[in-house]
Amino acid sequence: MQKSDTIYKLLETSLINEFEQKQVALTGSCHPVVSRSRINGFEFLKDNGLPDRKNEKWKNSPFPGQYEEEYLLDIPPVFYDKAAEEIFRCEIHGFWADTYSMLNGWYYSTKENQLITTGDGVVVGSILKAQHQYPELFEKHFGNIANTEQDGFTAANTALFKDGMFIYVPDGVEVKNAVQLIKLINLQEPLMVNSRNLIILGKSSRLTFLHCDDSVNHTPGFINTLTEVYMDENSSFELYKLQNINDNTSLINNTFIHQERDSRLKVNILSLNGGKIRNELHVNLMGQGADADINGVYLVDKQQHIDNQVYINHAVPNCHSNELFKGVLDEEASGIFNGYIYVARDAQKTNAFQRNNNILMTPKATIDTMPFLEIYADDVKCSHGATVGQLDDEALFYMMQRGIGREDARLLLMFAFLAEVTSKVSIEPLRISYEDMIKRRLRGELSICDKCVLHCSEPDKPIEFDIDLSKI
Amino acid sequence: MSESKNENILDQVTNEEYKYGFYSDIEMDMAPKGLTEETIRFISAKKNEPDWLLEFRLKAFRYWQKMEEPDWALISHPPIDYQDIIYYAAPKKKKELESLDEVDPELLDTFNKLGISLEEQKMLAGVAVDAVIDSVSVKTTFQDTLAKHDIIFCSFSEAVQNHPDLVKKYLASVVPVTDNYFAALNSAVFSDGSFCYIPKGVRCPIELSTYFRINAANTGQFERTLLIADEGGYVSYLEGCTAPMRDENQLHAAVVEIITMDDAEVKYSTVQNWYPGNKEGKGGIYNFVTKRGLCKGKNSKISWTQVETGSAITWKYPSCVLHGDNSVGEFYSVAVTNNYQQADTGSKMIHQGKNTKSTIISKGISAGKSNNSYRGMVRIGRKAENARNFSQCDSLLLGDQCGAHTFPYIKSANETAVVEHEATTSKISEEQLFYCQQRGIDMEKAIGLIVNGYAKEVLNKLPMEFAMEAQKLLAITLEGSVG
Amino acid sequence: MLLNIKNLHVAINGKEILKGLNLSVNKGEVHAIMGPNGTGKSTLAAAITGRENYDITKGEIIYDGETINDMAPDIRANKGIFLSFQYPVEIPGVSMTNFMRTAINAQREFNGLEAIPAGEFLKKMEEMKKLVDINTKLTKRSVNEGFSGGEKKKNEIFQMAMLEPKLAILDETDSGLDIDALKVVARGVNELRSTDNAFVVITHYQRLLDYIVPDFVHVMYDGRIVKSGGKGLAFELEEKGYDWIIDQEDE
Repeated sequence: MQKSDTIYKLLETSLINEFEQKQVALTGSCHPVVSRSRINGFEFLKDNGLPDRKNEKWKNSPFPGQYEEEYLLDIPPVFYDKAAEEIFRCEIHGFWADTYSMLNGWYYSTKENQLITTGDGVVVGSILKAQHQYPELFEKHFGNIANTEQDGFTAANTALFKDGMFIYVPDGVEVKNAVQLIKLINLQEPLMVNSRNLIILGKSSRLTFLHCDDSVNHTPGFINTLTEVYMDENSSFELYKLQNINDNTSLINNTFIHQERDSRLKVNILSLNGGKIRNELHVNLMGQGADADINGVYLVDKQQHIDNQVYINHAVPNCHSNELFKGVLDEEASGIFNGYIYVARDAQKTNAFQRNNNILMTPKATIDTMPFLEIYADDVKCSHGATVGQLDDEALFYMMQRGIGREDARLLLMFAFLAEVTSKVSIEPLRISYEDMIKRRLRGELSICDKCVLHCSEPDKPIEFDIDLSKI
Repeated sequence: MSESKNENILDQVTNEEYKYGFYSDIEMDMAPKGLTEETIRFISAKKNEPDWLLEFRLKAFRYWQKMEEPDWALISHPPIDYQDIIYYAAPKKKKELESLDEVDPELLDTFNKLGISLEEQKMLAGVAVDAVIDSVSVKTTFQDTLAKHDIIFCSFSEAVQNHPDLVKKYLASVVPVTDNYFAALNSAVFSDGSFCYIPKGVRCPIELSTYFRINAANTGQFERTLLIADEGGYVSYLEGCTAPMRDENQLHAAVVEIITMDDAEVKYSTVQNWYPGNKEGKGGIYNFVTKRGLCKGKNSKISWTQVETGSAITWKYPSCVLHGDNSVGEFYSVAVTNNYQQADTGSKMIHQGKNTKSTIISKGISAGKSNNSYRGMVRIGRKAENARNFSQCDSLLLGDQCGAHTFPYIKSANETAVVEHEATTSKISEEQLFYCQQRGIDMEKAIGLIVNGYAKEVLNKLPMEFAMEAQKLLAITLEGSVG
Repeated sequence: MLLNIKNLHVAINGKEILKGLNLSVNKGEVHAIMGPNGTGKSTLAAAITGRENYDITKGEIIYDGETINDMAPDIRANKGIFLSFQYPVEIPGVSMTNFMRTAINAQREFNGLEAIPAGEFLKKMEEMKKLVDINTKLTKRSVNEGFSGGEKKKNEIFQMAMLEPKLAILDETDSGLDIDALKVVARGVNELRSTDNAFVVITHYQRLLDYIVPDFVHVMYDGRIVKSGGKGLAFELEEKGYDWIIDQEDE
């Protein structure tokens, strides 16, 4: 079924117009693989528009209600005048990360540092630059890991992305410092950013990647990110997503990961703040012995909306996957969790686990949770669980009876509830910082500020709950 | 479950195939093939229906014409040609029956073959039976006993004639004609079914039972069941179904509505054994059924128990709308699929009232090349304070060519509610099989034993006679599933 | 000879565990098989009872004059081979009573007999329960589900009593038992001992052999029986441990 021109929503129209007007610029300077997929993405968008509520996967999503809003789609690159570190300060105490950044959708660096190669051959930089320098990697991977025609957002991203990050880790290289990408929008007008990342891990390589989405003001925005990750045999990838954007900003975050034999993936998504956030994670376990451990915490309030869609495809035998998502929904916030485990015929000896636990804090908060299993092999161990509930009154009373104030007791219990996920962050300083952020968020202290909103540069003011949880 | 029952079952797991596949040569009265307003007027006229019911049917039909067949279930079948179905087929009645002696002997024979004696045997067992063959109810037993308690239990057609006010009041009050494609179709063309009304304060002393049978070729069966338990009423209701073996697929689109008032309780048990098709997946019933109960009154309870072994395709989600405060909904299900059967079944629990409670226990067993999905929804409304739900959906896979799927939808909009969902998927453990074999029990029997054990939690919820039949069916359905 | 094992080699997933084991057992005898952990004692039990994935790569197991290398486990069981499992398996939803009756009738059917009459079955149950001192409640529960370690082991002996095997293999039946339960188990075994049957008792410790006195003691090491003797050997092992035998063997 094709969309007729008459029913395009404003956002759809502007995306289509944008491409039609700038097609030459968008496709002309690209590697042929990239320009071909841009055109395909555009065709798909034109035929299908952005996903509406008739689409089962967007049925309960508030995003389709947003398509009448107006966003700038093309603003010129910001010229580099200050060192990135000066602007994007995110010091997690004792955590060594090499920080890179994107501002208003553009990779932010000096001209000569657009694409750098470190001593051990690791390449980091702008995807625009990388496509010309590493054409063979783009031919092999670009658009092959993601389903770019999944929906209007992946198609629009493919057609229109401005910039993004490229990382290549050669075979056998273990990157010592984590790579941190801080993405900011700093503009007084509403902007839609389509950014595209490609991360390639060679055989037996290792990388830790922090993907931070932040706002610096309250201007509405729309971020549509698509990340493709290729993990070759025996590679190891840790992905941390920290999301702390303003209440007027929408974020769609599509991540597609291809895992080869014996590769190990660990994902931790921390959604602290944001108007509307949709995280889609697609993990394709394509080689035996691959392992995926996907975790997430979400804390939403006001009229915020959080949506986590996790698809795990067990295409081959002997893989293991684990999903754990926990969330607290306060005030009038709404949430969706949809886990989907698919076990292909013959994917024997699969182990797949999935769990989603939610706490609703108020009568107006809502959650839809849909933990699905689709299984075509018999020698498998699969299970899922989901709960929706509230804080344990008994425990609350117990703590209050020991003299802890109701508010503190509540915070403590919520923190304890979420700690099951955060305790899985294996990098100690990052875990402490994570937990600190959650505590601040629970206290309502963490909302956007003038700099890097994560407040992680204030190790002098850690929040501590001086109570031994084990005694409860 | 007594062990002697189990014993019997194991003895009977021989090379038994679908044993209800015979066809009875009964003289039939049929509508011409196809579906138009004329067909509906024909059915309505045949049944001498009041105008309001004809209007109800026509309204449903007009609505249905605008609808599309749902495609969200994990099932696949060639398109159904709704104009290639006979919508009305009834055993020809020469005159009003005065006694059982006047029933067509072929018809009585049919029910005897099905193991249902319409009189003596069930009299002894204390079960009142309403038997529906193809489109009409042929006989309802036990009328006198029921009359003593002012219980109304009769065919739907009789209810329309004799209790029009009750029918008019409650028909489509739980499943509106617009509810879904198959419910709308049923509302347009339903031919008969059972009607039951339990008056205030009456506990029905016997089990009520409806036996459905599709006999004629090319017909669809569209029965309608309406069950009302007034304040403090109680009834346990059983439903069984079979059909002849035919190469073509036949459509069964029933609607069951239950209403419970304050403090009333209805237990509805089904053993669904429609013809599943042959080993190559040819033939079998398409079973697209809407069953829903409304716990209208406070402290009321509706409990669905189903054992689904038959049908080529099952599309069925017995649900409870928990409207009254403190009302309780339950769903216990065993669904077994073998060969090329497809089942997409589960339950919906809609919590509206305060302190409402629901339980879903679903045990899926897939074998052969079949696909078996649990699909269920638990929805907690804004006002459903302190609502509780517990769902457990286990799947068991026998063989590596089948599929087992779980699609739970949980929607909570009340912070005081607690919803818990658990599910596991596994195969029979080799440890268990070896343990049984080491005790001298062969593989096939061991699987029968373990599967029955696995489903026991649900089978225990069935009334005795049904439980036994269900256990046998489980074993028979899984015949030959061991590679 | 009831059981005659000749040069038995058994591999699991291609890894050889038994490496040429020989053992003969006559009716009326009790054999104890001892040895350190990981020497293949349980593998021997699995091979005799026909467990899947225990591949006999060489040699023969002859039971009652018949080679049973490729025989299905339930046929072996019906021919009178019983294994008391080291880790009895839980079967949810299947009552002990139902399970036992199914097993007995499978055996009777195998021997061309009618199913056991209900009365006779219940009587036998009662009798045998007393023998191993197990609670009536246990037989009403699902097979091994929620049983304590001791109850599980007693339940194995109870089943053995019900099924009256010709060859009973007790795999570490003493592990996890307190002394009282151990005595009960031993009493059960001793009462069932006769000139028509034989027992192979696999154990790590000499303790059980104080109560079930063996006619022969064999020491297993590295997939073979490296030393055999009378019951005195067990005492010697108790005193000196396994090292002296292992040292001899390794030299």
